Amino acid sequence: MSASSERPASWTVRVREAGVSALPPEKLLPDGQPTYVASWIYVFGVASIASLVVIVTSGTILALKGPAWWHDTSVGHFFNSIHLWAVELFFFVIVVHLWGKYWMAAWRGGRARVWITGAVTFLVAIPCALTGYVSQQNFDAQWISTQAKDAMNSVGVGAFFNLTNFGQMYSYHILILPAAVIALAVAHVLLVRRHGVVPPFEIGRRAAALGDVGGDGDGGGGSGDGRAVAQPRAGASPTGASGEAAS
Amino acid sequence: MSRLGKLFSRDDTQPWHGAYAPYDLVKELCVAVVVVTLLAVALAVLFSSPDEKPSTLGQWSRELPVNFLGTATKQLNGTSGTAEYGPPYNNGTASVQHAAFFRPQEWFGVSHPIDTANDYVIDPLRTIPGDTALRAALAEYEAAPEKTRKAWGEAYAKPLEEYETAVEENKTPPHTVKLDPSTDSVSVTSSGAGPVPTMMTRLLSLAQSGGLDGALLTSHQFYQTDYTKPLLYMADGELLAKRAEEQHLLGTQWGMMNETGSFPGQSWLWLYTFWYQIEPFKSSHNADLLVIIVMSVLSLLFVCVPFLPGVRDLPRGIPIHRLIWREHYRSQRRA
Repeated sequence: MSASSERPASWTVRVREAGVSALPPEKLLPDGQPTYVASWIYVFGVASIASLVVIVTSGTILALKGPAWWHDTSVGHFFNSIHLWAVELFFFVIVVHLWGKYWMAAWRGGRARVWITGAVTFLVAIPCALTGYVSQQNFDAQWISTQAKDAMNSVGVGAFFNLTNFGQMYSYHILILPAAVIALAVAHVLLVRRHGVVPPFEIGRRAAALGDVGGDGDGGGGSGDGRAVAQPRAGASPTGASGEAAS
Repeated sequence: MSRLGKLFSRDDTQPWHGAYAPYDLVKELCVAVVVVTLLAVALAVLFSSPDEKPSTLGQWSRELPVNFLGTATKQLNGTSGTAEYGPPYNNGTASVQHAAFFRPQEWFGVSHPIDTANDYVIDPLRTIPGDTALRAALAEYEAAPEKTRKAWGEAYAKPLEEYETAVEENKTPPHTVKLDPSTDSVSVTSSGAGPVPTMMTRLLSLAQSGGLDGALLTSHQFYQTDYTKPLLYMADGELLAKRAEEQHLLGTQWGMMNETGSFPGQSWLWLYTFWYQIEPFKSSHNADLLVIIVMSVLSLLFVCVPFLPGVRDLPRGIPIHRLIWREHYRSQRRA
């Protein structure tokens, strides 16, 4: 229920209006995408999120059952294996995703923050994984923690990020760092929805006329306008997608 | 375009005003979660995951008793890696790294204090009940001046070091150290070692019985989750390194990027591990700090790619985008 319109806008209303203004529902969850969004490379972005979902789910189960479960029972070890392979898949798909976005120059059109949040998500995921490795409570954890401690100590981080302290590392691994990764991933996705998927490099009109698909104009980004050459597909749905302009 | 973008880029990317195709984002995510779940389950069923049992001080003292005794004696003498390490464990300097005047290791001081003589030798020995000879040895040791204690410790350590060097070089070990494989006991003949032989013999027995593992985990309260002391104790010895070498985990073998067995490890650390394989990092005392500095700079550049001339322009020059958007360019060509 909303308050009457005579009242001055409350903080809640302001936040709601700012949120809806930045990301109206049809922009947040559009039912259409520009026709250029048609490549397997786009799968790796959603695959990164899917891997994160599997990591968090399997990790939550492991955390709820506790270390003895994943060492001493076959079911626990199986869930530990799922967690490990989901992490391997996550890093594989996020690296392919990042390379794909690099070659698309996906920061164009005011999308620098999209790239930055994606890159930082990857960087924060690395210590998140490292704290998982040292929380395993096996020989691998012993070796990695005693080796990696020197790097942490050399920069002073070891004072509050002690790799040989299981309790501290477990807290980092199941709470602080995953929360950071999830928050960054959410921010990244919201920014993608706000700015839309980066358009292709535009090809020059003359080159297009000559049929040279590689002639994407000069270093200034080409003179063509996608609007002038794109062909609508049958069943195309522009709903909510008209606002995908770069900010 | 954002102000940041305008400041740093000649970017003239235009908003898309072309056609749209139906796209079900929620369905795509659901399908992706199902596929990744099935993939992770399949990999778990096919390959499982590694879980090598952790080492213990008890295992170390039984498998490598001479190495354990040698390391414990260094802990007593204050000459082990941990004893001389520096912050955050003590005020030593042996492992303090720096880059010119940049010494971040010293910024937070000694946050996890470890007094190796007391924590690793004397305090655990005090937990052994009813041993009058040990009590007398401890009393004699603690009453002696620092110089005498050092001399006793060095006199005891010398034959152990000679034994380990001989074994390492495949030479005949000296007769001053006798190892009984049936009981894993070690007899050390040393003159001028005072009460140290009594103390170290008891410490070896305590470790082999598993008592030292418990003693090092005992804190002022019942619960304990900090394994810093026993891990650093073991890291000073050879057991962990021996196992790591067998599992291709040493620094010279690309280190912790690998996983035990044939499993993929933290392959995403390849660039970090790479620097340790080449000079000047490979032989530098400050390798860890230097590698972290290099990786921090590279990470910053990675995050700032949109603002780096050249790096941000490369995708336009190398036409991989033609492959990615080939359908789009094809439709343009048809148009």
